[in-house]
Amino acid sequence: MDGWRSWFCGKLSSWGPPLTPDQLIALSILSPAVGALAIALIGRNNDAGYNPRDIVTVIATLITFGFVVKLAGPVVAGDRPELSLFEVLPGLAIAFKIEPLGMLFALVASGLWIPTSIYSFGYMRGHHERHQTRFFVCFAIAISAALGIAFARNLLTLFLFYELLTFSTYPLVTHAGSGKAVKAGRSYLGILIFTSVSFLLLAIVWTWQTTGTLEFRPGGIVSGHFESSRAILLLALFVFGTGKAALMPFHRWLPAAMVAPTPVSALLHAVAVVKAGVFTVLKIIVYVFGIEFLTDGNYALWLCYVAGFTLIAASLVALTKDNLKARLAYSTISQLSYIVLGAALATKTSIVGGGMHIVMHAAGKITLFFCAGAIMVASHKTEISDMKGIGRQMPFTMFAFFIASLSIIGLPPLGGAWSKWYLILGALDAQQFLMVGVLIVSSLLNIAYLLPIVVNAFFFPTTEVEIGGGIKEAPIACVASLLVTAFSCLILFLYPDFFLNLAQMIGEF
Amino acid sequence: MMEQLPALQVVLPLFSALLCLLIRNKTASRLFAVAVSWGCLAIALILLRTVQETGIISYHFGGWFPPLGIEYRIDLLNAYVLIIVAMISAVVLPFGVGHWGLSIPEGREYLFFCAFLLCISGLLGITITGDAFNVFVFLEITSLSSYALIAMGRNRRALRAAFTYLVMGTVGGTFILIGIGMMYLETGTLNMVDIANRLPLAYGSRTVLVAFAFLTVGVGIKLAVFPLHHWLPNAYSYAPATVSAFLAATATKVSYYVLVRVIFTLFGAAYIFETLRFHVLLIPLSLLAMFIGSTVAIYQTNIKRLLAYSSISQIGYMTLGLSFASINGLTGGLVHLFNHALMKGGLFLVLASVMHSIASNEIDDMRGLGRKMPFTMAAFVLGGLSLIGVPGTVGFISKWYLVVAALEKGWYPIAVLILLSSFLAVIYIWRVVEIFFFREPAAEKSIKEAPLSMLIPTWILIGGTLFFGLQTEWTAGVAGSVANFLLGGLP
Amino acid sequence: MQWLGLWHYWAVIILMMIGLYIVIARDNLVKKVMGLSIFQVSVIMFYVSTGKVEGGTAPIIPEGGHDLVYSNPLPHVLMLTAIVVGISTTALALALIVRIQEAYGTVEDDELNAIDGAAL
Repeated sequence: MDGWRSWFCGKLSSWGPPLTPDQLIALSILSPAVGALAIALIGRNNDAGYNPRDIVTVIATLITFGFVVKLAGPVVAGDRPELSLFEVLPGLAIAFKIEPLGMLFALVASGLWIPTSIYSFGYMRGHHERHQTRFFVCFAIAISAALGIAFARNLLTLFLFYELLTFSTYPLVTHAGSGKAVKAGRSYLGILIFTSVSFLLLAIVWTWQTTGTLEFRPGGIVSGHFESSRAILLLALFVFGTGKAALMPFHRWLPAAMVAPTPVSALLHAVAVVKAGVFTVLKIIVYVFGIEFLTDGNYALWLCYVAGFTLIAASLVALTKDNLKARLAYSTISQLSYIVLGAALATKTSIVGGGMHIVMHAAGKITLFFCAGAIMVASHKTEISDMKGIGRQMPFTMFAFFIASLSIIGLPPLGGAWSKWYLILGALDAQQFLMVGVLIVSSLLNIAYLLPIVVNAFFFPTTEVEIGGGIKEAPIACVASLLVTAFSCLILFLYPDFFLNLAQMIGEF
Repeated sequence: MMEQLPALQVVLPLFSALLCLLIRNKTASRLFAVAVSWGCLAIALILLRTVQETGIISYHFGGWFPPLGIEYRIDLLNAYVLIIVAMISAVVLPFGVGHWGLSIPEGREYLFFCAFLLCISGLLGITITGDAFNVFVFLEITSLSSYALIAMGRNRRALRAAFTYLVMGTVGGTFILIGIGMMYLETGTLNMVDIANRLPLAYGSRTVLVAFAFLTVGVGIKLAVFPLHHWLPNAYSYAPATVSAFLAATATKVSYYVLVRVIFTLFGAAYIFETLRFHVLLIPLSLLAMFIGSTVAIYQTNIKRLLAYSSISQIGYMTLGLSFASINGLTGGLVHLFNHALMKGGLFLVLASVMHSIASNEIDDMRGLGRKMPFTMAAFVLGGLSLIGVPGTVGFISKWYLVVAALEKGWYPIAVLILLSSFLAVIYIWRVVEIFFFREPAAEKSIKEAPLSMLIPTWILIGGTLFFGLQTEWTAGVAGSVANFLLGGLP
Repeated sequence: MQWLGLWHYWAVIILMMIGLYIVIARDNLVKKVMGLSIFQVSVIMFYVSTGKVEGGTAPIIPEGGHDLVYSNPLPHVLMLTAIVVGISTTALALALIVRIQEAYGTVEDDELNAIDGAAL
């Protein structure tokens, strides 16, 4: 095993041009941004046919992913590459340092950018969306911001990119430009800015003012400076301040943002934006508070209950939604709380579970969104009740949907099984038997709101009389990408080692 | 030559203003004014450099040594403010060169530039002088020229705005005059350093108290501190576009400088904050300014008026920073001086470009403008983000210092309020951003992007808000050492 | 009777209040300017009165005489500037009023407000 790993790590870091780790960090954050610039310059005003910006986009995604993968080798091997840029305020620098959790998130974000871009070509054309150049530009900037969050070495850098992510995704959410989209954008921006400015920034300044540092450190920085109620208050400010984690009662923006084009929902609201939120929560709990500090003082217990509540409540709401994207949105809220719960349980195993769930949920949920988008493009259906018998019309799409659903539910042989396994183990470790119950009940609820869609699609006759019947799938670019991501759920079950390794190293800075 | 720079800083624009009258040709007078403003900036930069290297510069006129003669005294604080004034005028004056927009009355262009240069010279004079009475004189030069400038607005309401400002400004100026007189009665001198040395002997006296009251109210009117802000919205809304940009970015800043000078140099922070407990008054007023200014801004239909109310709330941040009387708080206030000059200057220049293109500043007429003038409106969005205080922009730096200062004092509610008020900024900025980018344009008019001569100055200021949002050594660094220097006596 | 002893301050204060009252209470812009002038003049008188030394003369050294008492000339000199400022202000204000009259046809504040719509 060890030999295999070192071979693999060596392979990861040695391919491609020889670059030092700090150059790689800069390059991986810059290449999406440069890509955005290139797309803006090259993009033609042609939204229907061939457009050179597509090639630029694909190249940018591949290059970015390449850089991130090249960085993964040293990180798995135990190195912590870092890069300091300049000091913004005395003692506060824009600086990056890659630790396993950040690597995990960066791999997910940059990796899933590739299929999403390819999917977008098909979807945006098929759906006759306008302003596609702006769309791809903002998309690339958002990825750049997500990588910045992943690699941040201190809270200031993280906050900078966190806000950049909010603002760069705003034009994506409001892409349609309709009154509904603008309104959704308002609640998107309103909630995210309100929470981040009022709570998160306050928490950051408070930490800075009390501890004199904002660096992420193994074991945390607040122990010894905060105690009892002040520690709980600080934790609450941090967790609720991270509005992107969609913890109730600050979850409203997520369903609202579903008016965005589906690729946006897929990448940003199943992968980059929400994952940036839960990643921030995990990172803050592990590297700002420190697991020992939280368990010693039992400071995160309330957070377990909040997360547990969100988990169940969002699943119940999902059951009531007939709009497919809305149901998926509430499912996302519920799944995010798994990760927050993993962080709140604050045991080694539960953190591993939380970290793993970032990966597993990303692969599963992006597939589900791709499917929802594909259905929309091919048959213009958005309501679940209209989708009876659609499995005959779109067999590949619905098969992928089935696979991804199973992964979200957490059944083997699919990736989701691993993260739920570790989360339940973590809950047992922490002696939180109630939370074990919550996790199990929620899995049952997942079955209840996801599988009926599949059953409907395959086993019910169509409600309308389809002329000719036959297979009528979405554009090939869409179907190909959703099959790839569905397949990745399977791969993640069979070969979880790499991510498991990273997740188990969380906390080693 | 080098040792005459302090005098030249003021005399150059003063005499150039008169020369403008002789030039009369509109293009020539404009180019001349631009050249003069660049000269002023160069002088200000050299002065700052000299102060940083060799310490305080003292310059006296006509062979009369201070404290008898008039002294120009430049320390880090006023070198810093000089840079702000000179920089903004050097950027605003070239704005729209080659285009005679709607803002300057036809046939009176040379008068416009004459008044503009007078105003610059007055502002620089207030800042540079070390003589209390001189402050009054320059203040009146500034005020008179700015009344004239505001009255040149196209709308006839500009006349009334100018008149209101004139009445309030004169009352304010006269109050300052009374204050100076009282201080003279008590100390027998007009030299600021001398006053500062002698005032402690008279701390108990009622005259000193009254002098301080008159000075603060007088400066408060000029600064538009919350309940004394009545003149500001109209003056900024109806003044010619470039004048709004210039005044918003400099006039209140210089008044703030005077307030800082009065409190920290003349009277001494210990007396003001420990004996008089001035912050008990100033903090609630600042908070009210922040919230009421922003709330009223939300409901405006004219974009210039919106920004004017936003200015009132931003002035609240500055006075709040001052009233913490701590290094971080004062740094926050002072750095916001520079930062707010950049962003408000930039934002008003955006509106000047809009005025040039659509001849209106009503928000309703600006529907869908984001597609017609993408570069101009992008500048507006960035400036707006800076007002909100998004990280990576200058607004964030100011807020950071203020919140740190509030937490340092243990005033947690104030820290929360500072952050909540930035959320109000999100509302009033985003409300108009939505209109710019998501509404369909009213009519299919051929609206073109602003010319380069307008875009470049706008983007210099807006680019500055981004650059100095990350590079803070030149702004917060200098402001920090100024705060250290001013609070030398206070822990 | 010390409070009466400083009677010139009383005169200054009364003038000042008259001036301010006119500025605030009158609707006619010309009257406002008059009030403003009275207000400024009161301050000028205040300065001048503070410079006066009882029994003092103008600060000119006569031939031979050295032990004279002089009034303090500095406040008086300062007021030369203040007077100039006051006149310029008044002139500018009157110029503005002329243009307001041209533009609106009235110089009454309440009528102007009515023309401009709501009181801004």
